[in-house]
Amino acid sequence: MDPIIETKNLTHTYSAGTPFEHTALDGVDFCAYPGEYLGVIGHTGSGKSTLIQHLNALLKPTSGTVLFQDTDIWSDPKITKKTRFQVGLVFQYPEYQLFEETVYKDISFGPKNMGLDEKEIDRRVRAAAYFVGLRDDQLDKSPFELSGGQKRRVAIAGVIAMEPKVLILDEPTAGLDPEGVESILGNIREYHQAHNATIILVSHSMEEVARSVDRLVAVNDGKIPFQGAPREVFRHGDELEQMGLGVPQLTRVFHRLKAMGVDIDPSVYTLDQAKQAILTKLGKVVD
Amino acid sequence: MALKDITLGQYFPGNSPVHRLDPRTKLIAVVLYIVALFLANWFVTYAIMFLVLAGAIAISKVPPKSILRGLKPVLFIVVFTAVLNLFYTPGDTVLAQFWIFTITLEGVYRAFFMVIRIMMLISGTFLLTYTTSPILLTDGLESLMNPLKKIKVPVHELAMMMSIALRFIPTLIEETDKIMSAQRARGADFESGNLIQRAKALLPLLVPLFISAFRRADELATAMECRCYHGGEGRTRLRQLKYKTADYVTLLLFLAITVGVGVLGRLGL
Amino acid sequence: MSAIIQTRDLHFSYPAAEGETPVVLDGVSLEIEEGSFVAVLGHNGCGKSTLAKHMNAILLPSGGTVYVDGIDTSDEDRLLDIRRAVGMVFQNPDNQIVANVVEEDVAFAPENLGVPPDEIRRRVDDALKAVNMYHYREHAPHLLSGGQKQRVAIAGVIAMRPRCIVLDEPTAMLDPIGRRDVLNTIKTLNRERGVTVVLITHHMDEAAQADRLIVMAKGKVVADGAPKAVFSQVEELRKVGLTVPQTTALLWELRQEGCDVPLDALSDEECAQALFQLLKKRLPL
Repeated sequence: MDPIIETKNLTHTYSAGTPFEHTALDGVDFCAYPGEYLGVIGHTGSGKSTLIQHLNALLKPTSGTVLFQDTDIWSDPKITKKTRFQVGLVFQYPEYQLFEETVYKDISFGPKNMGLDEKEIDRRVRAAAYFVGLRDDQLDKSPFELSGGQKRRVAIAGVIAMEPKVLILDEPTAGLDPEGVESILGNIREYHQAHNATIILVSHSMEEVARSVDRLVAVNDGKIPFQGAPREVFRHGDELEQMGLGVPQLTRVFHRLKAMGVDIDPSVYTLDQAKQAILTKLGKVVD
Repeated sequence: MALKDITLGQYFPGNSPVHRLDPRTKLIAVVLYIVALFLANWFVTYAIMFLVLAGAIAISKVPPKSILRGLKPVLFIVVFTAVLNLFYTPGDTVLAQFWIFTITLEGVYRAFFMVIRIMMLISGTFLLTYTTSPILLTDGLESLMNPLKKIKVPVHELAMMMSIALRFIPTLIEETDKIMSAQRARGADFESGNLIQRAKALLPLLVPLFISAFRRADELATAMECRCYHGGEGRTRLRQLKYKTADYVTLLLFLAITVGVGVLGRLGL
Repeated sequence: MSAIIQTRDLHFSYPAAEGETPVVLDGVSLEIEEGSFVAVLGHNGCGKSTLAKHMNAILLPSGGTVYVDGIDTSDEDRLLDIRRAVGMVFQNPDNQIVANVVEEDVAFAPENLGVPPDEIRRRVDDALKAVNMYHYREHAPHLLSGGQKQRVAIAGVIAMRPRCIVLDEPTAMLDPIGRRDVLNTIKTLNRERGVTVVLITHHMDEAAQADRLIVMAKGKVVADGAPKAVFSQVEELRKVGLTVPQTTALLWELRQEGCDVPLDALSDEECAQALFQLLKKRLPL
């Protein structure tokens, strides 16, 4: 399968030629496939934010290329602009970008900028609101009257309403309580399934990415040291620890168990996998 | 240029003799320096002023490059005034004449000195902000303005406001960058269109920025109260402002330079 | 041991906006022992931040009383004494740093208290060393990472020499490294300096490290005890919208399947041990 979006030898240098010069990305080859749920992990300053801002043409590469469906997104200003709509990016703490008088108007900001007609805009706003679990009567409210968690939903809906083929979310659950985390992750999953969209989830929380994504990309020091299925990535426990990331708690527990001499595969990373592994070991029939 | 790159008025921490001077000394010295710059009017006096500036920069160990970079944003204004002076100075020695423009020797000199004066004026004030932490600067201003308290000027409050404003400028610039990117990701266009369209396009940036500034102000006020802030009454300072020998010497030196340049200037040097 | 903070039947409601439930705290009676490390857990809107704000008189009770070090917080004349005794650290480090240079910021509170300059210098250096930020004393705060900023904010409170620090979700905006550093700082302050710590959080793993865990829901205390004991009440916690650490969750699931494992094996090590014991019974190793 061809990647839907990829970067080739992507390098980005901030403040080039000044004493503050800083290379945030250094020859990165990154790709995401159609319909894939991809996780990007890396600590603050690893370059992951710089990477995702290249994917929807907010940043221009210092060198290297970014391809969306095999087309260089900087080859033509029209394509650059179109890429912004096809690759939706939800920033960290997106609730701080709300500005309109009503929730409805705020969600329609993106679709309007796309130049869609009234009817299509209306359809998209309502569909997006539905995905993030906003009620119809909330659409006419001021976004500033809503609770923190609800504001974030409005902001996410504002990007979803553009119906991007690739949806990137930078720490969408930061600062939310467990219930809020669950519900936002659920919304994202639904969008993923309903649109067969590519999802790129950027997160600090290993537990969170572990149970959501098909594939993981680790970013460190402007490079991608490893990527693959979560199971494979979490094998690099020590390296991840050094990158300031670590592995899910249960992976750590199973590594200890293995170190105690139990013959068990330590690469589990979700609650369910752990439970099955123990029960299988005990010879219990697992349904 | 990203908004972050603006270095205007940024403090370069250091421990040079210039850094160590009392901020009040530096403020008064800069005022004297500016007065002297306006009294200077020919090569000798400008040369003296240049030596003063170059000496101060050398002692401060601030890289001259940083000072030059700081001059960049004002380059346009400097060139503009220079051109105005070049063409609109009446004089006897006409060097060139075309259409309605006349360039006189006096005009050339005047434009030249004007450029030097503005550049040196800006470099001098930059040196002040580069070598004095904004807090010390406000402390210095507060202390120099203290006599105004007698006529009910809220000196402490003004100084506090100023230092908080300085503290939050980088934070708000960063935030502006972030919101702009977020709105661009939703297709916002800040660059094209006519004036009205552009002004309208700023709403998605300004509304969130204002809301956030108010939220920050509110949280900061609470945090300050938690740290026992209750106005200027009974407040002590970590750094006590105290004139030392170096301060007296500096002040005398600048006074002498100003008087000297004033006298030499009158003599047409 | 004596209580540094005491709330008696604390009620609080915001001036009621229409259609909202204005009651935020509904009869909270607590005693925070001097020198203890207490975590307060609960989902957003459960009243935990409002409770925190009562602990140094930012908010005053609508009903009931709060005592800080024996002083009624509604006693306006003693406001500075209350705030000096109980310092407060908030979620967003950016919005609590006042000054442009790290050490000037840390000096802010002692300056307000009228501490003599020499003593301020000692306190600032000491506070910065306590949070391991002494090397950054001349840096500009906006160039620091989130975790570093938050440690500066903590130092700014420490410099008041408070007996208790209340931290309202101090790690919510930080990355894993920042979280770890801040949490280690808090623990060190508690252990080595005997500062009472009240940590408001919704991170289970942070709460698990406290001596005592208070769970709040709908303005009430619903569980209070050692973290191990509290987290063992898996179903009760889920009912109020909270999860438990993954270790406890796994053990709980296994118990549902009829396995004989303890529920209170919280840490990685304890959990691995519990699983080991379970497997040992069944398998020749």
